[in-house]
Amino acid sequence: MKKLSARRRHPLAALVVLLLALACTGGLYAVFAPASKAQADETAQSLAIDEGKKLFAVGCASCHGAGGQGSSDGPSLVGVGAAAVDFQVGTGRMPAQQPGAQVPRKKVIYTQAEIDQLAAYISSLGAGPSVPTEAQYGPDGADIAKGGELFRDNCTQCHNFTGKGGALTHGKYAPSLEGVAPKHIYEAMQTGPQNMPSFPDTTLSEQNKKDIIAYLNAVNGDDTVSPGGLELGGLGPVSEGLFAWIFGLGALIAVAVWVAARTAKAKKS
Amino acid sequence: MSTTESSESRARGKAPAGERVADWADGRLGIYSLAKSNMRKIFPDHWSFMLGEVCLYSFIIIILTGVYLTLFFHPSMNEVEYHGSYVPLQGQLMSEAFNSTMHISFDVRGGLLIRQIHHWAALIFLAGMFVHMMRVFFTGAFRKPREVNWLFGFLLFVLGMFTGFTGYSLPDDLLSGTGVRFMEGAVLSVPIVGTYLSFFLFGGEFPGGDFVARFYSIHVLLLPGIMLGLVVGHLILVIYHKHTQFAGPGKTNNNVVGMPLLPVYMAKAGGFFFLVFGVIAAIAAIASINPIWSMGPYRPDQVSTGAQPDWYMGFSEGLIRVMPGWEINFWGHTLVLGVFIPLVIFPLVLVAIAVYPFVESWVTGDKREHHILDRPRNAPTRTAFGVAWITWYMVLLIGGGNDLWATHFHLSINAITWFVRVAFFVAPVLAFVATKRICLGLQRRDKEKVLHGRESGIIKRLPHGEFIEVHEPLSQEQLHTLTAHEQYEPAQIGPAVDENGVERKIKGTEKLRAKLSEAYYGDEAQIPKPTVEEYKEITSGHGHH
Amino acid sequence: MSSQDIPEENLPAEQDAHGAVGVADEKDPFADPGLPPHEHRVQDIDERAARRSERTVAMLFTVSMLSTIGFIASYVGIPHDKSIFVFPIGHINALNFALGLTLGLALFAIGAGAVHWARTLMSDEEIADERHPIEAPPEVKAKVMADFKQGAKESALGRRKLIRNTMFGALALFPLSGVVLLRDLGPLPGTKLRHTMWRKGLQLVNVNTNEPLRPSDVAVGSLTFAKPEGLEEHDEEFQTEIAKAALMIVRIQPDNIKDKRELEWSYEGIVAYSKICTHVGCPISLYEQQTHHVLCPCHQSTFDLSDGARVIFGPAGHALPQLRIGVNDQGYLEALGDFEEPVGPAFWERG
Repeated sequence: MKKLSARRRHPLAALVVLLLALACTGGLYAVFAPASKAQADETAQSLAIDEGKKLFAVGCASCHGAGGQGSSDGPSLVGVGAAAVDFQVGTGRMPAQQPGAQVPRKKVIYTQAEIDQLAAYISSLGAGPSVPTEAQYGPDGADIAKGGELFRDNCTQCHNFTGKGGALTHGKYAPSLEGVAPKHIYEAMQTGPQNMPSFPDTTLSEQNKKDIIAYLNAVNGDDTVSPGGLELGGLGPVSEGLFAWIFGLGALIAVAVWVAARTAKAKKS
Repeated sequence: MSTTESSESRARGKAPAGERVADWADGRLGIYSLAKSNMRKIFPDHWSFMLGEVCLYSFIIIILTGVYLTLFFHPSMNEVEYHGSYVPLQGQLMSEAFNSTMHISFDVRGGLLIRQIHHWAALIFLAGMFVHMMRVFFTGAFRKPREVNWLFGFLLFVLGMFTGFTGYSLPDDLLSGTGVRFMEGAVLSVPIVGTYLSFFLFGGEFPGGDFVARFYSIHVLLLPGIMLGLVVGHLILVIYHKHTQFAGPGKTNNNVVGMPLLPVYMAKAGGFFFLVFGVIAAIAAIASINPIWSMGPYRPDQVSTGAQPDWYMGFSEGLIRVMPGWEINFWGHTLVLGVFIPLVIFPLVLVAIAVYPFVESWVTGDKREHHILDRPRNAPTRTAFGVAWITWYMVLLIGGGNDLWATHFHLSINAITWFVRVAFFVAPVLAFVATKRICLGLQRRDKEKVLHGRESGIIKRLPHGEFIEVHEPLSQEQLHTLTAHEQYEPAQIGPAVDENGVERKIKGTEKLRAKLSEAYYGDEAQIPKPTVEEYKEITSGHGHH
Repeated sequence: MSSQDIPEENLPAEQDAHGAVGVADEKDPFADPGLPPHEHRVQDIDERAARRSERTVAMLFTVSMLSTIGFIASYVGIPHDKSIFVFPIGHINALNFALGLTLGLALFAIGAGAVHWARTLMSDEEIADERHPIEAPPEVKAKVMADFKQGAKESALGRRKLIRNTMFGALALFPLSGVVLLRDLGPLPGTKLRHTMWRKGLQLVNVNTNEPLRPSDVAVGSLTFAKPEGLEEHDEEFQTEIAKAALMIVRIQPDNIKDKRELEWSYEGIVAYSKICTHVGCPISLYEQQTHHVLCPCHQSTFDLSDGARVIFGPAGHALPQLRIGVNDQGYLEALGDFEEPVGPAFWERG
């Protein structure tokens, strides 16, 4: 203290004080400014959570429990993350209509804003994967061919070569991926809805997922070209066989009937 | 007949060029004698007689398009990187076989069309053979003298299946590779020699680097070569036996009624070739088949759901899918019944229909030639057997596509599998019983029609108020046609005692034959034809209806 | 026999409602009235109708010619990678569509023309041709039998047994050379089917990222496929090795693992099973993460991964082999040996 008071009159003291004052102001600003912004966000967030909670209480709590802890009718949602909510509600699977082997894709009954609020509420219950951004699932920087290889490695066994879907045990099925939004495909891989296993970033990287989505869009998108003509459902030899029998052999038999039929006789007068 | 006359008249002066060429050929090949017996050969007209032509023509189309495909296809399993015009596979590793098939599909102009014609024609070829075979079966056209031709046809169907399977495997895509893997598993299940067969077939462990080249020579040379020989033999026999015909006025067992080869059948059959080719080309223009680019190159650690073979192998797929997983281990060996039993039943399903003609001829003991076709209803046991066999086959086809029925009809795949397991045994029996009853019902209806005439649909009121439907009597042609079929008497076991009073031992086969014969032709197995007396009585009694 | 030969009384026009019906015998109650008389077609009696037919046929042949020209024009004019949208079909390759339709039409029109010509302009009078018995008459048969006996006698084959026996011996043996030649179609199986590339210390490499796996990468409910370290897609033996070595990795809560050995061979609930079905070798991998069942897409064998991968449905005969795994010094998952039993389909020597 003595030393400090002794140097108070030092010609540079004013400069030091000035610098200190500046540093403090800057520091304080640095500390407080973002904090206040975060606070504002937090309020929006907590608003969303509140709204989500209300929606949840009305639409979901009967199965998943008042606090999302789960019940005999529905699993716990603690820790499933926003991505799972966005997928399940965003594809109309949730809320489920009736018990069955599997909850099917339906008409979506919530708006995207409501889905976001529900997602906010669920992710407030426990940390989980968040909703992916356009940059994650968009086509930029994707390798379609690599995506194809990954798709054949990880997905075709259930979803078929071009994502037409397939059967699982006891009435369960892997749904068709036709017309599913890239975001939802991404979320499904990340979260593993229902009986689908998850493909977390640790084993199927973000880039991998992007590639797969790009491949799917190339082979099962709106303007995918089927060079040979009718795709016949893209199901392989069964539909081809049916087509060959019904339209191929059918047309040829119709022709044969014409070839062998008697020509009309002149009317007797 | 008239051909020889006109050529004689022209031979006086200098013969026209065409005739001189024909003379030259006749001097060396004897074509005039050949033409004498064949140029005006008669073929009866019926649409179902053209099913065989559908097969013949699709076979020719397959050969023509197949030759074109060999010009571009590389039957090699060497690994290459894809750099063709299909973007979603660029840079992927694949075998040369797959790569060259991609090249044909995307970079050879018209290559895709020819590939699709080839594959569609193959499916139609097999479907045509199936229907043709069933036509022959249900009309009894396999009876003497045509048993050998029945077998030729059957062999063509079986060889066609394997030619199709080997061809389907050539592009080395993920779908067909899965099929080849299945075949390897099936071969491995053969007791004692299975592993050796598998190693010899694949040149070592699966998949190795040989099977495409080996399948290629089987697909383009060995099997089609045998088939071509059988087709020629089949046709020669058709011409030699002359075609069968349905019963009708003027049609007897000793003649064949129809149009001559020159000119009518030349134009109709020749034209039909172009019609078949045209239809198949149009199908190849509008419907995609085996899009290998969607399936990707084969890798033994990848698979897709909905892995099925082409339809003609579907029944074997059904067999293997519904078989319970039985496996017996003993003394350090494994008997893989879960795979081996289906592998054994597979040929038995086919043989069941192939040997039927011989069983029937044994039961009837009929040694005569038959050129008049049966209406299926007039041979109830045969028809019932045929329908039971088709039911059996269809049940297995359902089993082969169980995953697709599950997804498309919202069923459980396990439930479908169980259904097929039960139906495999039950459905043919039900089909047999039901068909036989339907046939007998139709026979009764025919008899009714002969005796009482055709229901005209005209209701008449009689003076005393009664309403009756007017029955129109049938014409002589119709009456003859409806009663022309043959009805066998059930075979009897000969007397147990011979003329010297010595007891004769009755063999088991003889008893069996008598029993079968009773089942075929006993009182409950056919409706007796109307007799002359019955007809006279009814027609004289009620003259007005 | 042509229609003119039919006795008059059998012609349908001569029949009245009843009474005139010809009755044959007990077996065939109604006599064969013979071929009905030939009736004329419009084209046979009306030259204008025949002209119309002629023009139709000519038009069909012309359509075919135009179609063929269209085919050539399409071949030359349409780029092979051009795609078009055709209403009910969708986006398709323009060249394939154009070539197929023009070719189809060109062929179909030829066929339709020929058949129309045959049906309307060629004679449609039915002709009967006699059949002749196929069996040879007895005299011919007797002659053949006699000739054969004569030939057999002259060959002395029946008398000189030594020649006969050695000849049959030689003919029976020589095809063996052909069979022997097939030996080099492939190596003998040996124990190749019993081993895979896996051995102690090989790391498990994720096929997606081509990086070795850490236990923390594998989440409960996820599905990962792995290959042995050092096996690359460019390797010559890649296909043959991956056909046996492919792995399917899932993580199950250790409490949920019912089979004791499975838990022992796992690493903290991470289990590595062969991806190759024990039925006929399809890469099985339809994993249902809630039930832990894995279904084969080819023949629907179902295995319970939480219970030693035992078969619970379908045609497979035994459980999927499990690979024993652990963690190495760097914290990566590694194999602790090869599979203890052969992977893939069962075979005779498997035992």
